[in-house]
Amino acid sequence: MKKSSQVYASVLVNALYVMKNYPVTLVNTLLAPLSILVVIVLVSKGSLLAVSVEGALIMTMVSAGIGLQGDLSHLKNDFRLQDMVVSSPTSAFVYMIGMAFSEIVYSAPALMILIVLAMLYVHTSIVGVAVTLAVLAMIFTFSIALGFLLSTFSSDIVQNWAFFGLLSTILTTIPPIYYPITYIPLPFRYIAYLSPTTYAAEIAQNAIGYLQLPASSLAIDWIVIIAVTMALFVMAMRKSKWRE
Amino acid sequence: MLVCKGLTKRYGKNPNALESIDFSIPSKGIFALIGRNGAGKTTLARILATELIPSSGSASIDGMDVVADATRLREQIAILPQEARAIPWLTSKQSIVSYLLYRGFSLGESEERAQSALARLDLQDYENKLTRILSGGLKRKVLVATILAADSRIVFVDEPTTGLDPISRADLWKVLEELKKEHFVFLTTHYLEEAEKLADVIGILDSGKLLGLGSLAELRKQAGYQYSIRTQQEDVKTKEGIAIRGLDGSVQILTTEEEAGRLAEKLVKDKARFSINPTSLEDIFYYLVKKPIEEENYEEE
Repeated sequence: MKKSSQVYASVLVNALYVMKNYPVTLVNTLLAPLSILVVIVLVSKGSLLAVSVEGALIMTMVSAGIGLQGDLSHLKNDFRLQDMVVSSPTSAFVYMIGMAFSEIVYSAPALMILIVLAMLYVHTSIVGVAVTLAVLAMIFTFSIALGFLLSTFSSDIVQNWAFFGLLSTILTTIPPIYYPITYIPLPFRYIAYLSPTTYAAEIAQNAIGYLQLPASSLAIDWIVIIAVTMALFVMAMRKSKWRE
Repeated sequence: MLVCKGLTKRYGKNPNALESIDFSIPSKGIFALIGRNGAGKTTLARILATELIPSSGSASIDGMDVVADATRLREQIAILPQEARAIPWLTSKQSIVSYLLYRGFSLGESEERAQSALARLDLQDYENKLTRILSGGLKRKVLVATILAADSRIVFVDEPTTGLDPISRADLWKVLEELKKEHFVFLTTHYLEEAEKLADVIGILDSGKLLGLGSLAELRKQAGYQYSIRTQQEDVKTKEGIAIRGLDGSVQILTTEEEAGRLAEKLVKDKARFSINPTSLEDIFYYLVKKPIEEENYEEE
């Protein structure tokens, strides 16, 4: 009961109260994943619709981590919320989980539309759906852990923007989320593999039959995404600057 | 009891943020920690509120160590940080409710407590107003109401009246006086009159060192001078005490009761204009930190 209250506090502060008091944010949350989706679908004349919908889902999960980093830094540096929470019975883990949920709630309008689009245009098996959900959960956990870790080190808005740029580049610009990695010329393809999102995108694209990856490549993708997620989660718990 | 033993905090750029702080005081009433900016007040408050880990030494409140028993202690403490600001996209009530949820209260109880705290501070009219449209004083009051609503036994308030107008400050003083009846309030401030008016025990901190501790009467005793004489007469000399010459030409003498009587007689005889008062906290503070009042004012100007 107590922990659920603490999780709910973050959902209220960082999502529900924001959406209630500033309804314009509901529109904003829709724009990021859907705008790129529309562009890719138009340019590809609809051929990349299914992969783009899945890409938009991944983008929404990754954006949650980027958003979390910004939101937490803002709440910590400008309002000292983290100081007040540290001195309360809420632990770093519960605070992170609460904020993670808040990002999901905040993204709910976009997620609902994307899920409807996925049901209409992405044709896959039950296993494919399960794999996609698993990889979405994994990339969400990864981005949340990274966002939380960085936010605890951010001390002002300038650092916050620097972290934002870093995360955006690593997680959304480099990786081929909305299209297959084969669209990237070979020398640059290796750069894409620097981002964990690339591995998640490959798994998801394979799950819907857009890519036909050999089992070994798929296994490597899973190993990388699981290892990176676990490592970041442990780092977020142990190395984040919660109590200085 | 609040007990600090050799409490030390070093930061990279500030190796002596706190230097071997030793003291022990009852954990009731108001303890005011005074000091100039950068004296170490916030560092000490944050260590005791379990936000910072000391570099060495130990501290405990009511037998709970601030490091080893932090989880248990956090059930009983609440802090209003110096730079805390009301979150602008929340209403006054939403601010309080969310903080109470972090403290583990249920939603229903949080809403009841929030309403009661807002009423206690005459903030009912602002219950559903976004804090961004409130004045600075009201925003600060909402934050105080937030801490009040938690009803924690130990409350840390770090410079709560900084930037408030005199009326808002007086309002807040009333709240703190009310709060101290049932809670232990750890107050940091650089307003000496605030500490003088509110505190049961006062600590004077400068450059990370605790220079004095006790009630105002005890601090007067520690300083050794019970009276302060101010005069424009320049050639006044004291056998027992210290004289501080101000930039405006006035002389302030801190001295003992007997010597104050002797000097007063002399000044009357010389027909000099002077005032004589019991030593104030301000006098003791400047005496302990070795900064003459006028010199300090001049620096600030």
